[in-house]
Amino acid sequence: MRATAASGAGLSQRTIAWLFITPTILLLLAINIFPLIWTIDLSFTDYRSNQPGREIKDVGLRNYERILSDEDIWARMQTTAHFVCWSIGLQVVLGFALALLINRQFKGHATWTTLILLPMMLSPAVVGIFWTYLFQPQAGIFNYIVNFFIGAGDFTMIGDVDLAPWAIVLVDVWMWTPYVMLICLAGLRAIPQYLYEAAEVDGASRLRQFWHVTLPTVLPFLMLAVLFRAIENFKMFDMVVALTSGGPGSTTEVASITLKREAFESWKTGYSSAFAVILFVVVFGAANVYVKFLNKVKQR
Amino acid sequence: MSSVTLPAARLTTARSIVEPSAATKRIAGSIVILYTLLSLIPIVWIVLTGFKSPPDAIAYPPKVVFEPTLEGYVNLFTTRTRQTPEYMASLPPPETWYDELVRSRGMVIAGPSRYGDRYMNSLVIGFGSTFLAIFLGTLAAYAFSRFKVPLKDDLLFFILSTRMMPPIAVAIPIYLMYRELGLSDSILGMILLYTAVNVSFAVWLLKGFIDEIPREYEEAAMIDGYTRLQAFRRVVLPQALTGIAATAIFCLIFSWNEYAFALLLTSGEAQTAPPFIPLIIGEGGLDWPAVAAGTTLFLLPVLIFTVLLRRHLLRGITFGAVRK
Repeated sequence: MRATAASGAGLSQRTIAWLFITPTILLLLAINIFPLIWTIDLSFTDYRSNQPGREIKDVGLRNYERILSDEDIWARMQTTAHFVCWSIGLQVVLGFALALLINRQFKGHATWTTLILLPMMLSPAVVGIFWTYLFQPQAGIFNYIVNFFIGAGDFTMIGDVDLAPWAIVLVDVWMWTPYVMLICLAGLRAIPQYLYEAAEVDGASRLRQFWHVTLPTVLPFLMLAVLFRAIENFKMFDMVVALTSGGPGSTTEVASITLKREAFESWKTGYSSAFAVILFVVVFGAANVYVKFLNKVKQR
Repeated sequence: MSSVTLPAARLTTARSIVEPSAATKRIAGSIVILYTLLSLIPIVWIVLTGFKSPPDAIAYPPKVVFEPTLEGYVNLFTTRTRQTPEYMASLPPPETWYDELVRSRGMVIAGPSRYGDRYMNSLVIGFGSTFLAIFLGTLAAYAFSRFKVPLKDDLLFFILSTRMMPPIAVAIPIYLMYRELGLSDSILGMILLYTAVNVSFAVWLLKGFIDEIPREYEEAAMIDGYTRLQAFRRVVLPQALTGIAATAIFCLIFSWNEYAFALLLTSGEAQTAPPFIPLIIGEGGLDWPAVAAGTTLFLLPVLIFTVLLRRHLLRGITFGAVRK
């Protein structure tokens, strides 16, 4: 072992290792794993947490059957998928473009890079609240500017059945494009200059350089950004609740809002636990597959 | 799922041999600056709204030029009641400028609002959970970085995976558990909860920082007669200080911004600012200048930290997966 010189003095490495790790593991077991197991357990029952005295019945897989055959739930999952795909897609395009531009090293780029990050550091819930103000039908500055250009005078964003799903995409893109930009920028800066020099010597066009040098190096970074954003957006709750509360109707009701409604308004604890388990399995499974794929891309 | 670590990348200095031309730089710069300015409009607008009077805040067309007033801030920190003109006339002259401001709207100040308390809660819970997460996280990160730990990769992945659960999914059993333990709507409960969320992040990030400190430093210290614990305290900790500070600020920002748990698990005593801000109601709906004032005060610390922290941003926001 490395620390032979110090053995005998003080605690053994093994003891220190366990002493240092155990508190963290215990805390995570108590506040993450125990609740998860409890959720799984509850998901097989008809428990309602607002009626503590009531007898709890074991209903087997009935909650799962009901959720998976419920058309409303599938519609909510589609709403979630629409939100996740579009907001991440736009963030990737915008973020990558901005990173390429910032990488041109124009004068003062460091200052602007800091300023551009501000939206993503803010509280999503508070961001949602102040965007509802910008989206006010009459006085909202966003609606006013749109009206100014299209001249319709009655443009609304979060009150409109067709546009509301785009409002949450817009705010999410506003908030998180800098995040994708920052990670892409890290990727661009990781490209060794000699690759470009070699490409230049070989007479490769700019487009070919982008395709064969820039993109392959940035891709793993970009994929990592997509992974982190997808996990976050799939469980998105605060921004959407503050902005639209899922409305109008249920046009912006993403999965987490449904979950909150079933668990804390309808108090169907068992049913919503089953839904929570399904959501967790989806995220966990998808993330696993994705990371395997990401590692393959990296090795290439 | 194995851990993902991407190669070194530097944010600050990178020079190009294939140097872009001055014209390209100018065009690139203009586009980036235009985007940034556009994206900052919402933030600037909300800060401005905090200094508007309620009628100005909902004026059509929206007012860019207006007479600034502190009414929003006064309304944010007070509760007011409307009184009859006769009653108003019978009052002694106002003692302070804010009394005067409120009376000019035909109201009197009834008492302080709860915004101050909620802000305090945010601070106490934020700093409390950050301190605990950093304390536990540094110890665990050091152990993972330096010692042979059985099932190390599995444990690290386990720590990471706790971040994948939707907060609402965890909130159901935590709600039940806290009800049993008497931790519902308590500051301690919230601190423990945020610590658990932050510690996973802290371990990953800090492990990266500690990995970069050469082992030789501690080994030399131990040859000089330090024990492992002394070497950790006197050699490694001072070296890791920057990393610890950066991690702490990220934990603080997370706790500060968190909403879902705060909404579901607190209602009075331990409520933080984010679920409180949308509840600032004036006469006839949301009191927008007061909401904007509350938002501004709430965002201010984060804006300041972001500027201070800019060099450490990348590692923080990527969970340590992209090395600096």
